[in-house]
Amino acid sequence: MTFPILRRLKVLFVFGLCFFIFGCSEQSDTVKITFIGPLTGGVSAGGLGGRNSADLAISLRNQLPGTKYEYELVPLDDECKPNIGVQVATKAAADKDIVAGVTHYCSAVAMGTVDVYHKFGLPVIVWGAVLPDITYGNNHKEIHRVNGTMINQNSVAAEFMIEQGFSSWAVIHDTTDYGKGHFKYFEKALLEQNGSILGTFGVNPDQQDFTAELTKIKALNPEVIYFGGLAPTGVRIRAQMDKLGMTQVFQGTSGIVSDAFIDGVGDLAEGVLAFREGAPTEKLPGGKMFIQAYEARGFNEPAEAYGAFAFAATDLIIDVIEKVGPDRNLIRDELNVTQEHESIVGPVTFDSYGQNTIALITKYVIQDGSWVLWEDSEYALGNRSLK
Amino acid sequence: MDLGFFAQYLINGLVQGITYALVAVGFTLFFGVLDVIKFSHGDVLMLGAFTALALFLGLDQLSTPAWLSLTIMLCLGTLAMALVGALLCKFLVLPLKESPPLNTLLITLMFGSVIREAVRLFFPNGSNPKPFPALLPETSINWGNLNLRLDSVMLIFTGAMAIVLTHLFIQKTRMGLAIRAVAQDEETARLMGINFNKTVLMTFALGSGLAALSGISTGLYYQEINFSMGLMLGVIGFSAAVVGGLGSIYGAIVGGLLFAFLQTLGAIWFSVPAYKDVFAFTVIIMLMAWRPTGLLADRSSERV
Repeated sequence: MTFPILRRLKVLFVFGLCFFIFGCSEQSDTVKITFIGPLTGGVSAGGLGGRNSADLAISLRNQLPGTKYEYELVPLDDECKPNIGVQVATKAAADKDIVAGVTHYCSAVAMGTVDVYHKFGLPVIVWGAVLPDITYGNNHKEIHRVNGTMINQNSVAAEFMIEQGFSSWAVIHDTTDYGKGHFKYFEKALLEQNGSILGTFGVNPDQQDFTAELTKIKALNPEVIYFGGLAPTGVRIRAQMDKLGMTQVFQGTSGIVSDAFIDGVGDLAEGVLAFREGAPTEKLPGGKMFIQAYEARGFNEPAEAYGAFAFAATDLIIDVIEKVGPDRNLIRDELNVTQEHESIVGPVTFDSYGQNTIALITKYVIQDGSWVLWEDSEYALGNRSLK
Repeated sequence: MDLGFFAQYLINGLVQGITYALVAVGFTLFFGVLDVIKFSHGDVLMLGAFTALALFLGLDQLSTPAWLSLTIMLCLGTLAMALVGALLCKFLVLPLKESPPLNTLLITLMFGSVIREAVRLFFPNGSNPKPFPALLPETSINWGNLNLRLDSVMLIFTGAMAIVLTHLFIQKTRMGLAIRAVAQDEETARLMGINFNKTVLMTFALGSGLAALSGISTGLYYQEINFSMGLMLGVIGFSAAVVGGLGSIYGAIVGGLLFAFLQTLGAIWFSVPAYKDVFAFTVIIMLMAWRPTGLLADRSSERV
């Protein structure tokens, strides 16, 4: 006895199954990646540059034929404030459609959010924050970082300044993890080089008036004022030094390397020094391609210093998703075994803490209203003097 | 301590102290006349600074000379905030006169948040700190370790003049007499034919104008303003007014200078100067426990 209808249904089912399987493999699903950084507030220049760069990485990949998924960026604003950062991190981590994140420019915010990502199992790559403890202070397998840390930055800074013949410092740092971290590693490196710190001043990053602290420093009479903190505070301190007639060398950290610092300080910016992980975008292995693509997109804001790192982090996440699929656990495990992965900031290798092991540090000085590589500056050539 | 450094601390402290005193005088006027605490005072100060900045940006397009820009900014900025203060009083404070004081406090607090968020959202790029033009001369004299800048001196002088003029206005003019009368006894003042509403509006205009002046001086001195600058200045100004004695102009001056002095002392004493505000506020709390009515309030029976 035969059941023609049943047989027909079987055939239909097999056809349907084939169509479903092949149909799926041809169609791209949308995969969401979050970007978190300061999009408003005093350091928003860095955050907007990072967001644009991450967006660029996504759109370039979406245009590429043969990409398995359609990628979508979900940008969120942490305002460089830890409390806001934890809110948006929770929002992103609780959204099951988001499979990975490119997160944080501010160290204080990253310190507050790493536990959130761990709890929700969201793999992230930090693209700008430099505090060592973000990766080294925990054992969370979800946390990775493409940029270097302030340990390398400050040891190069101390060595360089001693070579330039300076011997005494006064330190002003903000009392966030970022500022305190810088002070800690700079002090350690400087003491190894036999430099001396005459006084240390922990200040509030929102503080407006620094005249009392600076008057105290004026009495200590150091050769250099080291500032561990971000551009808005740095601008106020450098400007108020002038009010007190102070002519000491102003040495900053990666946090002040932005055009916002020069715009805020004006002519007083001349001769200000700072150090940063990585190299100028145009000198990075994939820098030229990045700058061209960034300019071609016609963003309103410049990529700023860490844009290339945000691009590299996003690109790395996409590579991993293409390989293992949009699953948080698989992405995390695959990121953890990243070895010599080609990127525009050079090969990326994560150690057991998820920290990229490159330690490239660049020295900068402000000359005629722009950040210039020390090696290319009039100061290095001996035509101008810091003192 | 070296005399030069001592003088330097003194000048720094004076600039800050005068700013605080200007804010505190406003608080003291409002409380003296109407027994209200206007918690949007700091935000009116901020709005005054942003109004002046907007005026400058406009005048800069017309390439107006610096002294003229500065005069226009000071006059229009102060007048605009006087108007805002009067409107605030007419539409938010006076209608609530018969309700519990907590309502006035809350409504002005909320109005302050509205101003702050409005500036943050609607001023171009308003959530970022804004560079304020350096319109005062940058000449300075070096006297040993003292670096005396002309702009600091001018700001101290302007602030002090504003307070002196306010004092003279209240003591010597008919309007001032009316303000004092209302402060002493509202009912009797009304019976004597004093226009109560007009007097109160005038007081709010005066206090808010002083806040604007303080905001603009802050901008000129630090060459930077931001949408949240009024928060801390408001709290400090209020504390200064309370510790000096709410309702007394001398008290406000003493309170303002005292607070700046404590902050400077805190910065000198502590290796972590971030504690200076903790120190200053702690001392203020202790002073308030010791003299709940303020340092100067009970010396005179009349308020204002």
